[in-house]
Amino acid sequence: MDKRLSIVVIEPDPERAAPIVDGLREIGDHEIRIFSEETGLARHIAECRPDIVLIDLANPSRDILEELALASGPTERPVAMFVDRSDEHLTRAAVEAGISAYVVDGLRPDRIKPVLDAAVARFHMFQRMRAELAATRTALEERKVIDRAKAVLMKARGIDEEAAYALLRKTAMDQGKRVAEIAQQLVLAAGLLSCR
Amino acid sequence: MPLTPLTLGYVPLIDAAPLILARELGFAAEEGLEFRLLRQGAWAQARDLLGAGVIDAAHMLAPMPVAQALGLGPALPDLDLVMVLSQGGQAVAISQPLAARLRDNGHDFDFRDARKAGEALRHAAPGRFRIGVPFPFSTQVELMHHWLSACGFAQEPEVVTVPPPLMAAAMAAGEVDAFCVGEPWASSAVEQGVATLLLPGVAIWAAPPEKGLVMRRDFTRAQPELTGALMRAIWRACRWLDEAENRDTAAEIISRREYLDLPPELAERGLTGRLQISPMGEMRAVPDFVSFHRGGVNFPWKSLAALFAQRIARRHGLDPVLAMDRAMAHFRTDLYRMHLREAGAALPGASARLEGALAVDREVAAEKGQMILRADAFFDGAVFEPRF
Repeated sequence: MDKRLSIVVIEPDPERAAPIVDGLREIGDHEIRIFSEETGLARHIAECRPDIVLIDLANPSRDILEELALASGPTERPVAMFVDRSDEHLTRAAVEAGISAYVVDGLRPDRIKPVLDAAVARFHMFQRMRAELAATRTALEERKVIDRAKAVLMKARGIDEEAAYALLRKTAMDQGKRVAEIAQQLVLAAGLLSCR
Repeated sequence: MPLTPLTLGYVPLIDAAPLILARELGFAAEEGLEFRLLRQGAWAQARDLLGAGVIDAAHMLAPMPVAQALGLGPALPDLDLVMVLSQGGQAVAISQPLAARLRDNGHDFDFRDARKAGEALRHAAPGRFRIGVPFPFSTQVELMHHWLSACGFAQEPEVVTVPPPLMAAAMAAGEVDAFCVGEPWASSAVEQGVATLLLPGVAIWAAPPEKGLVMRRDFTRAQPELTGALMRAIWRACRWLDEAENRDTAAEIISRREYLDLPPELAERGLTGRLQISPMGEMRAVPDFVSFHRGGVNFPWKSLAALFAQRIARRHGLDPVLAMDRAMAHFRTDLYRMHLREAGAALPGASARLEGALAVDREVAAEKGQMILRADAFFDGAVFEPRF
């Protein structure tokens, strides 16, 4: 029976950290800690001596881990850099998912792989959710602007809603732009022209 | 003709300007390239994405490809520095309590004399003294070790990595007593009221190479045309940047939301060399605070690779002689000559030299006629001789 792994997840956003931790819990009974603070990171890591550290590839605090990875004095525990030569596919998947892992020296690849696989899957899921959320938000905002632009046209030209939308759409097509862009410009111009 | 897309990584600092301006001023398009610029959160990210082929080239700390060559990083394809992007741009900052002690002891903060500042610091510094730097392999690390040991610090100071955007917070929290970082992060700490600037990097070493354009060796081999086009576009942006009257414009452009996303006034300080050194508003002018082109800045001297390699090797218990040999192969003077000759770059006759030997600018023999090399002396007169 292998001993429990000590895994640290460095992630300031709790909404993002939670699903990753859930994913890691599913693969086994490991000791998982989340660090969200940037200050004192090196000290905290040195204190809890994890087997694996997972962190966003773009997190500025990664450069602190690079330093820890180099510190391998007799009393320090080396955190070897992951980018396992033997598993290029996994490395690539991790980079694409935006995740980097620092693994203690000497940990067997078959113990690392499930952890990485789970983390990669959760990172992907989170990225997708975030993209969907952003898309939904944009769509909602665009619809609001189009509604306001229609109202401006209806009032200014005395036309009905359908005609107002048709006019916006025709203008957009003539200009080679999106309806939302034309609507935005119209709302902006109407705002400038209206004096109170 | 459609433009060929190239993806470049940069870390938000004033010396990312050559990449940003090559795109914004059309130097890239003139070479048939469309730059996609990806902002990087960490130096390790730039290195890893370059290694994985997600980006085609990176704005990178000049010692990073040296460290890779010495095996002090993850296993990645060979990374080469094809040209130097900038010299200088760093500043040494100390905490407000430490600055107050220096003032009480009569230090004048001339922002120029590295020996005087170093000795003042030695007298005022606490027993335990920590300095923040942006990365374990950076010009900042070399500047700090060189400066403090030459100023007679008995104990090696503790040099720790702190991501530049977090430098001010680390200082405010008392985690570091001083730091050496690229602009605009030193000015940002002054602006936040937590630091006073003690020296510019160029006061310690007159021409410290700071960032390089780094690419994968297999890419430069497989795509010589693209590599040349990329180098020429960035080289022209570097030349444009070294016209003093362009620096304000450069500060405006790089500060835009899609790039550094900071007030232009902050980027302007480093780019124009007019720095506010303390929260009290004291100003100091350093005309050569950061250089992008003039005086042979862009040439990737193999002797610079050797200098970094020797120092890194000594600190990490590696054989310095072997390290120098390895590292020199990663500073690509051959590509520089091949791709920039036709663009009109001045090319020195040699590819390695004594580093630190020029107390003043000097005219030397070039491939064609003469060229002027910028003064590159260390403040203590140290000279580094590469081994051939």
